[in-house]
Amino acid sequence: MAELQPAGPVGRPVPRVDGVAKVTGAAHYVDDLDLPGAWHGATVRSTVAHGVLDAVDLDPDYDWTDVVVVTAADIAAAGGRNVVTLIEEDQPALVPLGGRVMHVDEAIALVAAPTRARALEARRHVRPRISARPAVLDTDAALRAEVKLYGDDNVFKRFVIRKGHGDDAAFEDAMAGADRIIEGVYPTAAQEQMYIEPQGMAAHWEDGRCFLVGSMQCPYYVHKAMKALLGCDGDGVVVTQAVTGGGFGGKEEYPSMIAAHVALLARKAGRPVKLIYDRGEDIAATTKRHPCVTRHRLGLAADGAIVAIDADVVMDGGAYLTLSPVVLSRGVLHAAGPYRCPVVRIVGRVVATNHPPHGAFRGFGAPQTTFPYERQIDKAARLLGVDPLAYRQRLALRPGDTTATGQELTFSVGSEAVLEAIARAAGPRPARDAVSAGGAPVRRGRGVCFYFHGSGFTGAGEQRIAGRATVALTAAGDVEVRSSSTDIGQGAATIFAQIAGASLGLAPERVRVVDPSTDKVPDSGPTVASRTCMVVGGLVERAARALGTRIAAWAGEHGRGGAPFAEVAAAAAAALGEVAETVQYEPPPGIEWDDATYTGAAYPVFGWAACLVDVAIDLDTCEVTVERCVQAVDVGKAINPMIVKGQIEGGTLQALGWGLLENVLYQDGKVANASMTNCIVPTFADAPDLETVLVEVPYPYGPHGAKGVGEIPMDGPAAAAINAVVDALGVDFDVVPVLPETIAARRDAWDAARRKS
Amino acid sequence: MTATGYVRPASIAEAVAARAAHPDWIVLCGATDLMVEAPLRPAPVGVVDVWALAELCGIAEVDGGAVRIGAATPWRDVVTSPLIAARAPILAAAAREIGALQIQARGTIGGNVGTSSPVGDSLPVLLALDATVELASPRGTRRVPYRDYPTGYRTTALAADELIVAITIPAAHPGARQLWRKVGTRRAQSISKIMAAALLRVEAGRFVEARIGLGAVANRPIRAAGAEAAIVGAPVGEATADAAAAALAAELTPITDVRSTAPYRLATVQQVVRRFVLEASSPSSPD
Amino acid sequence: MRSSDGSLIEVHLTVNGDAVRRAVPPERTLAELLREDLLLTGCKQGCDQGDCGACTVLVDGRAQLACLTLVVAIDGATIETVEGLQQRGRLHPLQAAFVAHGAAQCGFCTPGMLLSAVALLRASPRASRDEIRAGLAGNLCRCTGYVKIIDAVEAVARGDDEEPAP
Repeated sequence: MAELQPAGPVGRPVPRVDGVAKVTGAAHYVDDLDLPGAWHGATVRSTVAHGVLDAVDLDPDYDWTDVVVVTAADIAAAGGRNVVTLIEEDQPALVPLGGRVMHVDEAIALVAAPTRARALEARRHVRPRISARPAVLDTDAALRAEVKLYGDDNVFKRFVIRKGHGDDAAFEDAMAGADRIIEGVYPTAAQEQMYIEPQGMAAHWEDGRCFLVGSMQCPYYVHKAMKALLGCDGDGVVVTQAVTGGGFGGKEEYPSMIAAHVALLARKAGRPVKLIYDRGEDIAATTKRHPCVTRHRLGLAADGAIVAIDADVVMDGGAYLTLSPVVLSRGVLHAAGPYRCPVVRIVGRVVATNHPPHGAFRGFGAPQTTFPYERQIDKAARLLGVDPLAYRQRLALRPGDTTATGQELTFSVGSEAVLEAIARAAGPRPARDAVSAGGAPVRRGRGVCFYFHGSGFTGAGEQRIAGRATVALTAAGDVEVRSSSTDIGQGAATIFAQIAGASLGLAPERVRVVDPSTDKVPDSGPTVASRTCMVVGGLVERAARALGTRIAAWAGEHGRGGAPFAEVAAAAAAALGEVAETVQYEPPPGIEWDDATYTGAAYPVFGWAACLVDVAIDLDTCEVTVERCVQAVDVGKAINPMIVKGQIEGGTLQALGWGLLENVLYQDGKVANASMTNCIVPTFADAPDLETVLVEVPYPYGPHGAKGVGEIPMDGPAAAAINAVVDALGVDFDVVPVLPETIAARRDAWDAARRKS
Repeated sequence: MTATGYVRPASIAEAVAARAAHPDWIVLCGATDLMVEAPLRPAPVGVVDVWALAELCGIAEVDGGAVRIGAATPWRDVVTSPLIAARAPILAAAAREIGALQIQARGTIGGNVGTSSPVGDSLPVLLALDATVELASPRGTRRVPYRDYPTGYRTTALAADELIVAITIPAAHPGARQLWRKVGTRRAQSISKIMAAALLRVEAGRFVEARIGLGAVANRPIRAAGAEAAIVGAPVGEATADAAAAALAAELTPITDVRSTAPYRLATVQQVVRRFVLEASSPSSPD
Repeated sequence: MRSSDGSLIEVHLTVNGDAVRRAVPPERTLAELLREDLLLTGCKQGCDQGDCGACTVLVDGRAQLACLTLVVAIDGATIETVEGLQQRGRLHPLQAAFVAHGAAQCGFCTPGMLLSAVALLRASPRASRDEIRAGLAGNLCRCTGYVKIIDAVEAVARGDDEEPAP
């Protein structure tokens, strides 16, 4: 493990640049904005999962004074296209008359009124008439394709990854060479992001231009979508991020939908409009983690080495394509796990159903495929009678090994380091049996998990995005970082201030990170994919250096050669006016990816992590307590250890929640538990004191060695926790989540196992 | 919520008069249920707000060692009351698990009884401790045994002109064990999947008294009469615990909903009641 | 007895030390009053159903949920919000500790969390980690995994952070 020396502010737990605003209430989120004269919007939604929209009736007995109603007809009338542009344009902003209703809670019409209460009241008087059709509510039904939702087969996207074999027959030959084969089917459930700030957006129009401000991760996604919807060019719409109360992927693509709605309402109302979702609506209508089923076969040699891996991944994409192909891509690219294996076949499909579209959520497909392989590896270790952590250490990919796509790992491979960190942190197992305060028998178990996560966009994605960032010395003498990377709580603004400050010899508080607005910042790409620090941070570093070089040159020409930036900046700004340096992404050398065969370097670099969880299970109630959770993560370089640990801790608890507690319930295509009361996330009382070990194996092409960290803590802890439950009870649980109900349903099996042991 | 009428009486007499004058208004006693359910139910015409009514607040010992709790007493006061800790420890235990501190500062015992939700956290305790509800109306005051108070899904014995004034918990036999268990969706701020409260008393190796109150396993809080019958008169030990659990299977038909499943509810309430019997069977563990 | 039959009801409150007099309809919540009438938007609305705790403010010193509290029901009360925590321009020790320990990430739960912590430490100035867990359990955070929030409150309870360093 290499140690980099702190270079100025880098590597130190600098307090967040937005910390004081957030603890004093001065930070203004979209619903906090005081917009004089603003009306409030509300969305009329479908109550059926699949059908045809025959009419949108307005209650003739209702007083429609001071109410604006928008339908799909308003879009074309103004020269726009009724689409929410993302990868494809299959999703309308509002279902048109005669168009297909594809899911419950799909937007059909919009209302706005002077108060929120009035808008909600008016909404009840807009009555869509829909002819219902049979709905497709699970992936098996989707694959039968008796009801066609997308193409002929309802498959949005299919990927095949092959390593070490030519065709299926050759693959089966290789698998047949295994001494034993472990098979399993691993369903994982949807998960709600549950950012504490509900989604929301405000819009107003001025001189024919639309100004949007709201809660979002990706201003340029919204910008692109609005150009198509409003039929304008890039200058016709300005998108600004308000302080955003968490995203976790949930505010990656859906804000484009809300932006579309509020822009249409504001145009028709001729005044500012706010559209703030209430919690139930947010849970019911916006995107969630894709439910997924993985069929996995693990072929083992007699000595326990992996001979072949076969994974078949099916995700429920929901009603529209949205980001599903990309989520599936990341899922399949991680499905073989960070293990040495000569022969790998992974088939992935994401299919159309009549659920609300599933979408981005931290981990982006990888948690769904990590859980299966980590259960399989655990089963193998048990079968072989070897220690699960030692077995993982034996099989782990190391420098010189190749991944499932044939990517040779040459640098920044923290696999051994994170496993070693967990081995060191593990400590003795707690006593296996105990008695609770109420007299109930308690059983304990320990589970581990090992995983990796590609940093940045897949394959040639970063080249396609060609993200840009600017560091400027303003005419007033201030240093500004301008990028479209949003701070959604993860600390991007602080990290950028540290990186730019380090390059220019400035304290971070001397660097202003501009609030992202499409008329003020270049497109740095979206705030997703564990790319903000590594990719955009790298751009900020290069741009800051370029700025430093320019100012140094000016200083040299003016007799102050060698003077620090801080000393000459004011004079340079006075003489030159604004000096801005903008740089564009350049891929590291030797990164080759073939999209046609899905081979090559899937990611510039991987983060590596391992996790250990101790659980205690109350055998009366089957409630699981996570008594300990240690996660070791190779982050390359922690630019700000406090912020990085905060990211890891937050992701870890989301993962434990997904594994043991959270559960989105669909009933007839509708979210049946669309409230915070019933769609629960962990509280203080559910969280152990999470332990985090930072491991730094630097990435030579990242800023100060940093690589991605945002998603990896979400990938593994659920598997570690469920492996711990299995360890405690001696029977397999192959599903996410494992709730007390799941455990209780198998009481006879584990009771028998327990009495035997 | 939208309401046009509002009354904040200064005395029980005023409150009773207001209730009688506005039988279609609802009584607000903390409002933690009312406000949450507001979007789901028809807007009330008006509210009679008794939350801050001093005469309805307070915990006091009354005749013969019983404890009287004013209807508008917030949970926080129940949690911290030495009298409750001594006489009805399982009521304090239940109160401690209601919502979180913010809810405990506002929510009241009268509100819990009035809403009469099948998952009302204190209600199984009131059954196990054989509490009485004191109701006032222009016709006078009457006392209803709590076991007769819930009549169906969120329906109660309360007449349209009546006001809940207090809950009284009679003195328990000093040898009785009080037991309580809530199994919620999570460890705090949670709705119950099942709740069980019990008062069990053993003399000379046999159970001589057994009252078991259950929540979230029926359309209202209920006494487990079958299990009680299996326990009373039976000897301490596993066999009685098993018999009580078996009796529950015969008398309960819990439902599956968004919070749990019918099999889990039944199995877990059986395990919990079984554990109660075993705990009460062990002589060395007075609570 | 106070009563109203459709008209507005006059209410007197003390908010962050200032006397406030307002005529409100019976259904007006404290969250609406604070946010819309007084522009004290530090009181956040994350669920409007008493689940998330983001709207927590102090009512007569007790942490309560502004979204479930009717203004008419708290006539005469003293309200403290996050905007009133600073004294003479200095951060409250808990505010300073939240910044120093990285307890605020997205920040949306932070004002409510701070007020629950203020109430907790007034009642138990030396609260342990377990007491902090119990005292804040009505406030949800989805960013932090809670660790750094507990660290921050514990630091104040232990008197570690009199002059918080970065």
